[in-house]
Amino acid sequence: MTYLAKPKLHHPTLPTNTLGYTRRDYEGKISTLCAGCGHDSISAAIIQACWEMDIEPHRVAKLSGIGCSSKTPDYFLGNSHGFNTVHGRMPSVLTGANLANRDLLYLGVSGDGDSASIGLGQFAHVMRRGVNMVYILENNGVYGLTKGQFSATADQGSKSKRGVVNSDAPVDTVSLALIMGASFVARGFSGDKKQLVPLIKAAIAHQGAAFIDVISPCVAFNNHAGSTKSYDYVRAHNEAVNRIDFITTRDPITVDYPEGEVVTVTQHDGTVLRLKKVNADYDATDKIGAMNFIQQHQAQGEVVTGLLYVNESSADMHTHLNTVDTPLNQLNATQLCPGSQALARVNAALR
Amino acid sequence: MQPTDIRKPDYFHKVVDCQWACPAHTPVPEYIRLIAAGRYSDAYLVNWQSNVFPGILGRTCDRPCEPACRRGRVEEKNAATPEPVAICRLKRVAADNKTQAAVRAGMPKAAQKKNGKRIACIGAGPASLTVARDLAPLGYSVTVFDADPKAGGFMRTQVPRFRLPEEVIDEEVGYILDLGVEFIGGKRIESMQAVLADGWDAVFVGTGAPRGRDLVLPGRQEAAKHIHIGIDWLSSVSFGHINQVGRRVIVLGGGNTAMDCCRSAKRLGGEDVKVIVRSGYEEMKASPWEKEDAVHEGIPILNFMVPVSFEHTNGQLTGMFFEKVSAEFDAKGKRRLVPTGEPHVFVECDDVLIAVGQENAFPWIEPAAGIEFDQWGMPVVDQVTHQSTVKNVFFGGDAAFGPKNIIWAVAHGHEAAVSIDKFLSGENIADRPSPLTNLISQKMGIHEWSYDNDITADARNKVPWAAAEKTLKSIKVEVELGFDPSTGFKEAQRCLNCDVQTVFTTEACIECDACVDICPMDCITFTANGEEADLRQRLHAPALRTDQDLYVSTDLKTGRVMVKDEDVCLHCGLCAERCPTGAWDMQKFLLQMTHAGPQCRDGGKDQHRKAA
Ligand SMILES: Cc1cc2nc3c(=O)[nH]c(=O)nc-3n(C[C@H](O)[C@H](O)[C@H](O)COP(=O)(O)OP(=O)(O)OC[C@H]3O[C@@H](n4cnc5c(N)ncnc54)[C@H](O)[C@@H]3O)c2cc1C
Ligand SMILES: Cc1ncc(C[n+]2csc(CCOP(=O)(O)OP(=O)(O)O)c2C)c(N)n1
Ligand code: SF4
Ligand code: SF4
Ligand code: SF4
Ligand SMILES: [Mg+2]
Repeated sequence: MTYLAKPKLHHPTLPTNTLGYTRRDYEGKISTLCAGCGHDSISAAIIQACWEMDIEPHRVAKLSGIGCSSKTPDYFLGNSHGFNTVHGRMPSVLTGANLANRDLLYLGVSGDGDSASIGLGQFAHVMRRGVNMVYILENNGVYGLTKGQFSATADQGSKSKRGVVNSDAPVDTVSLALIMGASFVARGFSGDKKQLVPLIKAAIAHQGAAFIDVISPCVAFNNHAGSTKSYDYVRAHNEAVNRIDFITTRDPITVDYPEGEVVTVTQHDGTVLRLKKVNADYDATDKIGAMNFIQQHQAQGEVVTGLLYVNESSADMHTHLNTVDTPLNQLNATQLCPGSQALARVNAALR
Repeated sequence: MQPTDIRKPDYFHKVVDCQWACPAHTPVPEYIRLIAAGRYSDAYLVNWQSNVFPGILGRTCDRPCEPACRRGRVEEKNAATPEPVAICRLKRVAADNKTQAAVRAGMPKAAQKKNGKRIACIGAGPASLTVARDLAPLGYSVTVFDADPKAGGFMRTQVPRFRLPEEVIDEEVGYILDLGVEFIGGKRIESMQAVLADGWDAVFVGTGAPRGRDLVLPGRQEAAKHIHIGIDWLSSVSFGHINQVGRRVIVLGGGNTAMDCCRSAKRLGGEDVKVIVRSGYEEMKASPWEKEDAVHEGIPILNFMVPVSFEHTNGQLTGMFFEKVSAEFDAKGKRRLVPTGEPHVFVECDDVLIAVGQENAFPWIEPAAGIEFDQWGMPVVDQVTHQSTVKNVFFGGDAAFGPKNIIWAVAHGHEAAVSIDKFLSGENIADRPSPLTNLISQKMGIHEWSYDNDITADARNKVPWAAAEKTLKSIKVEVELGFDPSTGFKEAQRCLNCDVQTVFTTEACIECDACVDICPMDCITFTANGEEADLRQRLHAPALRTDQDLYVSTDLKTGRVMVKDEDVCLHCGLCAERCPTGAWDMQKFLLQMTHAGPQCRDGGKDQHRKAA
């Protein structure tokens, strides 16, 4: 960790977004994580994405569980709302907050221990409910905060720093999210912001449960030879299926690519994603195909990254439940408590 | 781009912008840290080694270091008025607060044994005094001649006492003369041939640029009694021959001499003193702070007025006529002053001080002496060695290449001393000694550095002034009071420690991006290599200042390179603190110029290295 506050000084050419903020305005406190932790790079990617998308900081709620990864919301978006829940319980608190106020951008930040060990049940349910959120899982294969025990995403056969081999089968969070009904599923790598920042932006634009699994090396406990979550291993085995070329709601599409090389995906809110194919066979809108591809390639030891699946006509929990459009805190007393006549009507309907 | 070779002394030297810009290459951040630590005598000695006159320069230096200072660039778009560190005035803090005993203890001693070689220095300005300081402790018998009774040159006779008190000159000239240097004052050298005939082993000419330019206009002859050449007038004031001036004074010219003239006139009874200049305010040659100081003392500066004539009645000066002009720019952007056609302006006055430039003059160097002069009457002198066409005669200071300033005179003096030392050791003087460099890690613990890497947001501190009622009454009352120690400390903390270098080790880097993410100034980028012009555009923040280098690594594991734009790096060390592998380290780069002595001679270099 670093004890000094990052100086406020910035590069003289540092640009501002349409809100008049610089990227630096989206930073948080100085990180207390180990120097070189992948999680810090993810924080930097979130900062970059929010700045580029002109997100108003006070319209964001950051929620997290417990772990090094779950500490990171303190290190970005210092002017946003935050809630550090108990271990593995971020999804339920996020769901509740979202039910109460659908107008905020919900950013769930979690770790592999937080989501795949203690919080596996919550993880599954938040996906199947289609909660409108960006769920970022900072996946390092270990419990970093408690000194590096294998987590449930550690690959079978991978070695701990002390040479112990993991014998348990891993939870593949990406496949699980797909099965559980997430409508946007991606995987990134903390060491590749060129890929990660557009993934986060697309996830923010997505209406529904957007999940990004980000492989994020733990430099202290899981960055050695024999680990499958190290910088070197991920770089050597990274199989990117596509690259988000750009994402826009306003600008007309001007770049032209030869047929077949680029797929255009229009999301529910009108956002257009242009996916530049890296693997010609990959179709990110075909859920079954995606699941097959991921399983096949993972079996070959590859780390499949990119936008793996997106449902163009996703719907979120509020649509499913047909809830009121207005956040609860903006409803007045008569709207919230419509009186005995209304109650009588409801009761009558249930008889 | 080719990977940067950080072993070349120039690479990191350039990063220390102030030191690079200083003609004498004073290790600025090194002495500023010593000031912050309250080690004033040590800070003084670091200065004294390089620039010989810390107390004098701390008040009068032209400060080429300050426009170069990184702090000014770093504050761009971050502070209301971006300002460099007050490097020059910090020098004075060291000089004001040192103890004389301690600095004397750190200075070389007069040589016990002379080496039998005799050197004559003609003129006792900063150039000659530097030659004397460098050579006398080595055993050379150095004799300095000056037409004036006291040593110091223009520092003593031109720079007015309200900017530079006499005691400071006495003290710092004294340190040099105490090294066993012989000074013969009141002796004008009238013949170079005679000097050469005296059999000196080497002669150094440091006679300055002593002639003030005149303005030949109608009325000049007739009204001569009240028209003065600026530098002659200033030296007469300095010697006490002149102690009053008319009520209304016109100063002609826009350089530093004009500023000293007008401010002096204001103190000698001039109630209505004006500076009148051909050019616009911005183009005036005077340093910005000198102009500001004059304006601050209530002296109007009238621009775009070209002198036409001196008016008088029966030889009694009454005023001057001026033609009004305006600046016009041709297609190439070259400026021309064009008359506006308005009627000439008459300005009344009792005295005129002409400060329109200085010239060299060597009436005492006979053609038969064998020293070649060029078509402009300047001696033919080697830019590096300072040798003239007579092998044992060297020139330096204003005498060598025309009027400059004190710090350049000092830098010349050092180089000429090296040449003389090598020459008299029978060596090739064109083979120059390399500087002594040293690179040491500043790491003390995981997040501990042996320098203060917390960057202060403070704006530049103002030097306090004595009350105007007091300073305008006497020419001897110093205007600037200097920083007190606590303000000095605050100002010292503004220094970014640019000599503490970011040193990158490719082999250690795991490309985790931690340094990129933490860097407050977006200095660091990992990217595919390319041509410099292309790379400069592709970095995190565009590297637009091409005079600031890019630090490029060898190829990393991913095939990319690390590129760091040195331009606005805060030297905060956060990159090194966040680097998990120590691929970044903060290392102090100390560069000292090699002065005369065994280390500058052939074979001395190895000895030199061992000593480091
Ligand atoms: C009004 C004025 C103000 C200035 N203010 C500043 C300032 O604030 N800061 C700054 O950096 N620079 C300033 N300068 C410039 C600076 O003074 C000179 O650049 C510097 O002093 C040059 O040093 P030098 O060693 O070449 O010789 P000088 O300092 O010019 O000394 C030459 C000496 O040689 C002597 N001499 C000349 N001919 C002979 C001879 N034949 N025999 C014996 N002796 C001889 C002269 O008497 C003189 O003492 C100023 C100059 C002027 C005119
Ligand atoms: C209920 C509960 N059980 C156990 C713990 C101990 N604990 C703290 S963090 C952590 C694991 C965190 O792992 P992960 O989510 O992968 O985060 P990382 O530190 O690796 O980023 C555990 C088990 C706890 N804080 N609370
Ligand atoms: S222990 Fe691992 S996960 Fe936690 S901060 Fe350190 S490197 Fe990051
Ligand atoms: S020292 Fe390092 S972190 Fe600080 S400004 Fe320079 S490059 Fe950036
Ligand atoms: S922090 Fe260190 S290891 Fe990481 S990219 Fe920078 S130099 Fe390389
Ligand atoms: Mg973990």
